[in-house]
Amino acid sequence: MSSVVVPTSAALGRPFLFDAQSEGEVSCHPERSGKCAKRVARAVEGSLPSLDPKLAGVIPASRLEARPAPEMVTSGIAEIDALTGGLPRGCLTEIYGTASSGRTSVMLAALAAATRRGEYCALIDASDALDPQSVASSEINLDRLLWVRCSDDAPKKSKGNNSPTRIPTAAELGFTSRAFDFQKKNAHESEHRLEQVLRATDLLLESGGFGLIVLDLAEVLPQAARRIPLTTWFRFRRAVEHKPTMLLVVEQQPIAGSCSSLLLRLGVLSTQYSVLSSNRSADESASSLPSHAQLLTGLEIHIELIRSRLERKPAQSVMFETQAAWAG
Amino acid sequence: MFACIYIPNFPVAAALRAEPDLQARPVAIFEGKPPLEKIIAVDESAARLGIAPGMTKAQAELCSELALRLRSPLQESSTHAALIDCAQSFSPCVEDSACDTVLLDLAGMESLLGSVAEIARALFERALTLGFKPNIAVASNSDAALLAARGFSGITVIPAGKEVEHLGALPVTVLFAEQLDADQKDEAGHLLGTLDRWGIRNLRALAALPEVALSERLGQRGLYLQQLARGGSLRTLVPVEAPLLFEEAVELDHPIVLLEPLAFLLNRLLEQVCSRLASRALATQELCLTLALSNLTGIDDDYLNAGIPSESDGSVATQTTSQIISSRQTKFTRKLSLPLPMLDAKVFLKLLQLDLNAHPPGAPIMQIHLSAEPARPRSAQGGLFLPPAPEPEKLELTLARIAGIVGEDRVGALELLDTHHPEGFRMRRFVAEVARKTPQKQTPDSSEAQAAITALRRFRPPLRVNVMLENGQPSRLNCAKKKEVQGEVLWKAGPWRSSGDWWERDAWSRDEWDLAVRNGEAVSFYRLVHDLLGGGWFIEGTYD
Repeated sequence: MSSVVVPTSAALGRPFLFDAQSEGEVSCHPERSGKCAKRVARAVEGSLPSLDPKLAGVIPASRLEARPAPEMVTSGIAEIDALTGGLPRGCLTEIYGTASSGRTSVMLAALAAATRRGEYCALIDASDALDPQSVASSEINLDRLLWVRCSDDAPKKSKGNNSPTRIPTAAELGFTSRAFDFQKKNAHESEHRLEQVLRATDLLLESGGFGLIVLDLAEVLPQAARRIPLTTWFRFRRAVEHKPTMLLVVEQQPIAGSCSSLLLRLGVLSTQYSVLSSNRSADESASSLPSHAQLLTGLEIHIELIRSRLERKPAQSVMFETQAAWAG
Repeated sequence: MFACIYIPNFPVAAALRAEPDLQARPVAIFEGKPPLEKIIAVDESAARLGIAPGMTKAQAELCSELALRLRSPLQESSTHAALIDCAQSFSPCVEDSACDTVLLDLAGMESLLGSVAEIARALFERALTLGFKPNIAVASNSDAALLAARGFSGITVIPAGKEVEHLGALPVTVLFAEQLDADQKDEAGHLLGTLDRWGIRNLRALAALPEVALSERLGQRGLYLQQLARGGSLRTLVPVEAPLLFEEAVELDHPIVLLEPLAFLLNRLLEQVCSRLASRALATQELCLTLALSNLTGIDDDYLNAGIPSESDGSVATQTTSQIISSRQTKFTRKLSLPLPMLDAKVFLKLLQLDLNAHPPGAPIMQIHLSAEPARPRSAQGGLFLPPAPEPEKLELTLARIAGIVGEDRVGALELLDTHHPEGFRMRRFVAEVARKTPQKQTPDSSEAQAAITALRRFRPPLRVNVMLENGQPSRLNCAKKKEVQGEVLWKAGPWRSSGDWWERDAWSRDEWDLAVRNGEAVSFYRLVHDLLGGGWFIEGTYD
């Protein structure tokens, strides 16, 4: 049985129907190149436009290369919208960074934008870290925000080894106890909270009707967060696919792998944080003023587009500033 | 025209409504104190086996196929309420004649519900959905309809003026209701005995008697009965203003220990309650489940009946006995408050199951009582261009499940309190109201994006830190619990003093600092708090 290897049109990003111009680019199995070439030539010769000129303008029913682009909505920050086009619906978006890199500010801005659009949002807070005053200052509609606060005091239920939300323990993954002795207690707490996060996420995705679901894993240790199986992220992505729900994950390091459609890195460079003094004059430096004359008015955030499956554009970065609620 | 709904063999019908599985078996109902329990009602299958009212329970137990059930006032009350609901779903003028009989005034209903035959058919089918099989009769006056319902099974329609023809063949016993008290039974027995001695067996014969002679022998009562037999009685209905009570109950012969069989019974009760609510075009926003638990074990009836002799009088012994009796069945009550009026038995069952899983009764269950608070059903007009919203029923189930995972008070919406306390908020119920057009701008343009607020991430509880002071100001800090929170203070702003609730026990007073702390190559921004009352230093959160 002879065979010919022909790259799919989708992979090559070309129209489904062969045309005369694509003749030379078709590759064949090296051992059967002679027969293959004839077969391909026959196929090209026999392509529909040459058979019947009336079919030259026919649009094929299956446009494998043209997957519908997801709808983009504003993230609440103009610079991010300019960088990425906004946040995509029906996709998983990750934003990661270290402490004080602006992750929570971006998260609250996205929630505010979503509630302004009239959508219902859910925040699954793994560390119970949400600040009510920050939420109010961000002008988030509190009636449309569901807050799920995970904690260590929650009832612990073991669901068995076959639970899709079960986090494999360090021992099961082959890690020795010595490596985790110094953070054993914190790791155990993180696992318990992660299990709550994943189970709550499953339930909310199944329930549906939310425009934005945010998983706040910013305080979860990376080694604990990385134990979430990729199959879980794949399941979450499939759950929001073809739906108007956005799934946003806030973390310290990327953990969803290829399941995320948009990956953004935030940071505040150590030498470029911006703190303005309220009474600083031109010839005074900020450090010379007493502390009671100093005021934190905002942070300068650097955001970099690491990966985007939505548009093939080179990595870019932008800077934007956040404003403290008391800065006016 | 008037309609009558009559449930024959009412105690049996009430038991079958609570346990539909018994319909395949012969059933007999008994009551009384042991060992003198007597059969008071039997169904047709049991009658064919030779079981009759008046037999003792011991005699009836000789029949192995027979299902014996104790008479339950609760179940009869629920059945009667369902009967009223069925009638009131067709006519606003309903008379509660007896526990097993209701009369409806169908005046003006034909233009809404169709012909009287169609109304009768619809009544019958509605009654079947509510769990009982009645006799339906329609006549030009209420008493004729009542007699026809008692005498004929199934659906009977008597045209106007044909009452005597249709009712003539009925026995005189239909003139008296089945459920009578002692005095009424004696009077009925006396009158029936007299008519029987005269050879009057049916209503046609009674109607043919001379009125004067009848009144001389039986008085006004006799004349009234003759009027009924002639189908000529005219009276107005006394409408019932039944309170909107939707309750269902079931008493158990054997206590239930597991939640799974309880769910089976709850499902049946919920379906009955929802059917009754639906017949009134109502929904419910609150369900109340009361379980009577078997608390005391090992205490037999001899001890309870004998009582405890007292030095002063018997009242102490009586109180002790009644306390024992009342405490033998403690009540376990759970209330389910719904955010919106709903009418879905499956959702209610799931919510009750989740609630009972979180708060188990802790003792065997002897009795189940379920009541629903009626409410107007919600009306919502969905829009094509409105943003999606969670379905209320699904959302309520989801929130109940999440509450079982994280805790009841840890899921919901945020509500800020009118206080300067840093943690001045509380959790309230999250309700996804029907989306409606708001005057808010909903354009998704990026031009609508506003400046991002510098957010704070809180540590709950706040992290205790050791702070090195330099000239009274923090210069270095170190946290034992979180290694990342340590380092040299590069920049600081503050202190900002705040205090409050000095009149309360939970008074607070603190100094706040905003710090930039270097830890290695990273710089983080923290809010440092000095508790002026307790004297400790805490990192309250990170600016992120």
